Amino acid sequence: MSAAPPAARRRAFLAIAWPGAIGLLSGLLLLLAALPIAGLLFSAPPRQLLAGLSDPLVLPALRLTVFTTTVSLLVILACGTPLAWVIARRTIQVGQVGRVGQASRTWRVLETLVELPVVLPPAVAGVALLLAFGRRGLLGPGLAAAGIGLPFTRAAVVVAQTFVAAPFYLQAAIAAFRRLDPDLILVARTLGASPPRLLFTVAIPISWPSLAGGAAMSWARALGEFGATLMFAGNMSGRTQTLPLAIYTALASDLRTAQSLSILLVAVAFALLVAIRAGARR
Amino acid sequence: MLRTTTFLSASLLTATLVAAPFGLGVAVAAKPPAGELVVFEAASLKEAFATLAARFEQDHAGTHVVTNTAGSHELRAQLEHGAVADVFASADQRHMNALATEGLVVGPALFACNEPVVVVRSGLAASLKTFVDLPRAERIVVGAPEVPIGAYTVQIWQKVAAKVGADFAARLQAKVVSHELNVRQVLAKVVLGEADAGIVYRSDAISAKGKVALVEIPQELNVTAAYPIAVLKAAPSPDLARAFIDLVHSPAGATVLREAGFVPCPGR
Repeated sequence: MSAAPPAARRRAFLAIAWPGAIGLLSGLLLLLAALPIAGLLFSAPPRQLLAGLSDPLVLPALRLTVFTTTVSLLVILACGTPLAWVIARRTIQVGQVGRVGQASRTWRVLETLVELPVVLPPAVAGVALLLAFGRRGLLGPGLAAAGIGLPFTRAAVVVAQTFVAAPFYLQAAIAAFRRLDPDLILVARTLGASPPRLLFTVAIPISWPSLAGGAAMSWARALGEFGATLMFAGNMSGRTQTLPLAIYTALASDLRTAQSLSILLVAVAFALLVAIRAGARR
Repeated sequence: MLRTTTFLSASLLTATLVAAPFGLGVAVAAKPPAGELVVFEAASLKEAFATLAARFEQDHAGTHVVTNTAGSHELRAQLEHGAVADVFASADQRHMNALATEGLVVGPALFACNEPVVVVRSGLAASLKTFVDLPRAERIVVGAPEVPIGAYTVQIWQKVAAKVGADFAARLQAKVVSHELNVRQVLAKVVLGEADAGIVYRSDAISAKGKVALVEIPQELNVTAAYPIAVLKAAPSPDLARAFIDLVHSPAGATVLREAGFVPCPGR
């Protein structure tokens, strides 16, 4: 042993310690990811879990969740794509690299603003929505004058989901539009492509995989939305009670129903993740 | 592929081996230190038990009362899954009886009763003064039938249908816009002014004095919520737990509870 030079000893030590350290640290996180899912799936006999799905809470909640998340996603795509496009274009000016103008800085601030809901705790999002659209909120008197009462309605569910989920699509779309080759855009413009044509026939088709990935993440977030919905839209079976709210409601009386519903949500989320990864690889 | 599988199983195995004694350490740490009393209390007891806990700490120098406030069903679930506590005070007998059947608590006894009342948002208090005015509310918020206050509300609707009229009950129920998951969320919606009226316990209405108006539910339509308290079988400090429950049952305890809106249970 003592004959071996220090450098060789160090190499021998690293050859054992390095894979060991990597395996141990990654194993801990793997365990933490796998065990709760295993608990959901295997802590009750499948027959009980299937029986849990026949609870009267389940079907209206599933239907409402599919409907509201679809509407939210459509709103996010319809409004988010142009917003992401304009932010991406304004913050990278072709041919002006190195000259960050005042306008560009304003758009950077706007970008931060629209991505803020990502870091807001869900309950804060709910309170904020109430203080904006509620009876005593900023727009409350105006909305009331127009005969619109948003809280406790299906529309409130969509507003809450859109608010918390939109940033995930926006982040992906802005990043994708920024990655577009500036030369490509320049060529398209010199060949006479109008601005709408540039967006619809060049930018969107090229960025398609990233846009789809962002949309899927957004949809997954809308699907799991809980806190803001509870605060802003209330909890009414068939009207505002989405799957996550149904899970929490069922938890008060029947753990198995809550567990069955959770597995349903996990299955959907898992399918989404697989779809995203498959889409990203293409 | 083989290498990946070997790596995964090896890392999971090592992680388990390392995590196991770590887990024991957590279990040991979760046991409260001597002189600490852990009280699991239903959400509606928050203010009253805070006063009682302060008095208990004064009377028993060196003790420290730690409270865990949540819906009774959540507390029950936590206890069933191994949470360590000395005292459990529940807002309904169903959850306490379930724990007694499972052998987790010893000798539950009623210590107070609470009555459902209607709370009305401040802007509407002038036109909604009695229970028969309740249809004037546009949006009513109640508890979900799965939680105690919601279960009592269902009983009240049934009495209203039987004694006042099925159409009056139907009119009220048609105005319900949300089934909240605990009584404080019902109260919050009315305090915020989003709901016009809600059904909560008297103790909740008193905790929000000045922010909402209180409307009595007529005696013949109302129900009584009975609150049981018990020592946990696995209590780390059973003597302190019994002393605390004695304080809750004492005349001084009754005064604190009465000031918080609780009433003596009928027939006592």
